[in-house]
Amino acid sequence: MSSKVQISLVAGILILIGLGLTLYKKIEFGFPLLPGQRQAVWTLESKISFKPLAGPVEISLALPDSQAGWVVLDDHFASSGFGFTVMTSNGNRYARWARQSLDRSTTLYYKLQLYRADNFGLGGSPVPEILPPELTADRQAAMERVVASLQERSSGPVSFTALLLKQLVQDQMDQDAIFLFGSREESKLAVVMDILAFSGIPSQRVRGVFLEDGRRRQKINSLVEVFDGKHWHIFDPKTGQPGLPENFFVWRRGGASVLDVLGGSSSQLEFAIVKNTLPIKTVLFMEQQVGEQPLLDFSIYSLPVEQQGVFKGLLLIPVGALVVVLLRVLVGIRTSGTFMPILIALAFIQTTLLTGLVIFLTVVGAGLWIRYYLSHLNLLLVARITAVVIVVIFIMAALSIVSYKLGFAQVLTVTFLPTIILAWTIERMSILWEEEGVHEVLIQGGGSLLAAILAYLLMSTALIEHLTFNFPELMISLLGVVLLIGKYSGYRLTELHRFRDLGRPDK
Amino acid sequence: MRWITPRELREQGVLGMNSRNIDYIGRTNDRSRYPLVDNKLKTKQAAQQHGMSVPNLFGVVKIQHEVQGLESLLEGLEKFVIKPAQGSGGKGILVISERRGDEFIKSTGAILNLRDVKRHTSNILSGLYSLGGRPDVAMIEDMIDFDEMLSNYSHEGVPDIRVIVYRGFPVMAMMRCSTHASDGKANLHQGAVGVGIDIVTGHSLYAVQNNQKVDQHPDTGFRFDELELPHWDEVLHLAAGCFEMTELGYFGADIVLDRNSGPVILELNARPGLAIQIANQAGLRKRLHMVNDMRPIERGVEERVQLAKRMFGVTMV
Repeated sequence: MSSKVQISLVAGILILIGLGLTLYKKIEFGFPLLPGQRQAVWTLESKISFKPLAGPVEISLALPDSQAGWVVLDDHFASSGFGFTVMTSNGNRYARWARQSLDRSTTLYYKLQLYRADNFGLGGSPVPEILPPELTADRQAAMERVVASLQERSSGPVSFTALLLKQLVQDQMDQDAIFLFGSREESKLAVVMDILAFSGIPSQRVRGVFLEDGRRRQKINSLVEVFDGKHWHIFDPKTGQPGLPENFFVWRRGGASVLDVLGGSSSQLEFAIVKNTLPIKTVLFMEQQVGEQPLLDFSIYSLPVEQQGVFKGLLLIPVGALVVVLLRVLVGIRTSGTFMPILIALAFIQTTLLTGLVIFLTVVGAGLWIRYYLSHLNLLLVARITAVVIVVIFIMAALSIVSYKLGFAQVLTVTFLPTIILAWTIERMSILWEEEGVHEVLIQGGGSLLAAILAYLLMSTALIEHLTFNFPELMISLLGVVLLIGKYSGYRLTELHRFRDLGRPDK
Repeated sequence: MRWITPRELREQGVLGMNSRNIDYIGRTNDRSRYPLVDNKLKTKQAAQQHGMSVPNLFGVVKIQHEVQGLESLLEGLEKFVIKPAQGSGGKGILVISERRGDEFIKSTGAILNLRDVKRHTSNILSGLYSLGGRPDVAMIEDMIDFDEMLSNYSHEGVPDIRVIVYRGFPVMAMMRCSTHASDGKANLHQGAVGVGIDIVTGHSLYAVQNNQKVDQHPDTGFRFDELELPHWDEVLHLAAGCFEMTELGYFGADIVLDRNSGPVILELNARPGLAIQIANQAGLRKRLHMVNDMRPIERGVEERVQLAKRMFGVTMV
């Protein structure tokens, strides 16, 4: 009995601590409990990595300005052991790291948080001087013919550029253009810029980052911008589409490169990107408070962006686990593998529910069929599981390729399904099939899927996502609840059906 | 779909899975004692030390190499059973009831040769029949010559008696009769018939198949109300005696009746299922509470059996 009291006490305290901390954050700091009016806040972590050469090292990184409605909320630099300055030249901000010598590869970080307050175009910009490219005689001739052909079919700088990019994207170039684009090692964009300069159209590169949630190694991308005498027009050279893409954050408009490394080689600039949908107020406020409030200093927000992204997923697991515990202990649903449903639910978050279900059923179905054959071979357990793992990966690859060819790009998300878990599921189901019959397989398989779907529905709710990420202390309360459930000795829902005729022998 | 309310279940004193796990298995079963019941070889050895009757053990094959010497081990054995020590759900049990020259005749009538028997033994060792595919050992033991009362009520399988023992008291019993529908298995959820047995007399109380009351065995046609288990006192003593041997507070003893040597322990189960309540049309919880309410005095097997009979007897209607 005392253990029951003890558990209740501990659970009660845990629940109160979690709720208390949450309320404290709400009342004292004004954290919104409901997701409410939300705004996508992007956190970009730029990683500059390079190999130093002998002698002094100097790295300069062009810093972005707020453009096209983007607002930089906050930025941070990590520059251990480097002399660091932020300076302005020609109206542009630069971060400069310098050091006398360095003996190993190093990574520097620059982190910024931004959101799009408004959505308008880029506006005016000084028109750069046109520098005609220096060309060899054969390239000069080809260039003349390409420009002439384009000019013939276009009415001005904008349609000229659109036509040029269309040819490039759709691969409909004539011999001259192929020669121009193919013979040089430089990027296609450089050739496009050359052609524009040659035809006397003022143009510049617009460098920036495509914001995609969860990307870890995003590189800087360039758009091309042309001036028609009055306005600037922007194009994405990869697609040929005019206009500034919705998710493109402009880092630097015009000008030379974004990153310069003196005294180093193999320099790289990569971005890790995480999107949080939050009230702006929260973010602004977080940034002010971090470092000042010890409680907030230990929040998830103080972690590097990559880890924040990981935790966003991890913090959802307890919610899924709670669903499984409830279903097993209170309802009495049998699942195959205790926490397999959570992993499936996590995969569903990536694949979306319907696609995920179809893929899951296909892979497990095909796997069971092959496992059925393997069981005749009478293999040892580990070898059998390994064989199933290989088969599962093979099925996943086949599924991806076939569906991609058929035009269902969604199925590519199959890679998010946990391979090893799938293999074990197949193994377990097939043993169950042999020992208990297909009925039991359907019960447990159905139970697992039901648990996974319920967990998915809960985990993908905006409110749950908001609460778990912004109030991780709620996990303490969750722990308390789980402890209480662990002491629940009442009937399960399914037992109310199982023992329905007990004591009523004549029915 | 019909349901029963939790209140009704409580009034019936039905034990639920959660309560079984927390209040009985979790509280009274020491994990370190589990291997003793999960491994039939260990169970058998312990039972023999305590002087309890178990099927006679002829030999054990522990490593693949020993499979080669199986022939000499089986020398002179007319009938025997080869089974995995950690098998689950009655899988992997090979029953040889007769030998004709080089041939082994299975109880079902199928004919095997020595190579078949060796392969079966080898499969047992490699874990084909054990839970999770763990490597196992093969036990060779005497074939049970089932008492007529049991074999009348089972089809293609092992008819056994399950007794739930709590703190040494036999609290509830049932007979599990395999049927054609259950594929010779004695599991109720697979379609075997569960027959509730009166603790006092060993007489049947109620028979149920797939949650439906049945009056006679669906395959053999014998009426369940004529079922009265012989040697009933011995069965209870045997089951209750396992308490001293296992030191488990809550377990199920699976007992069979041999025509010649009477009740023998087949195996023990540290997590016995709850279906026995359906077969008895009675809840376990009340009986478990009655045992709990008794003052913890050291009592012998005989006294416990007598007390149990006094407490758990069902007056026939």
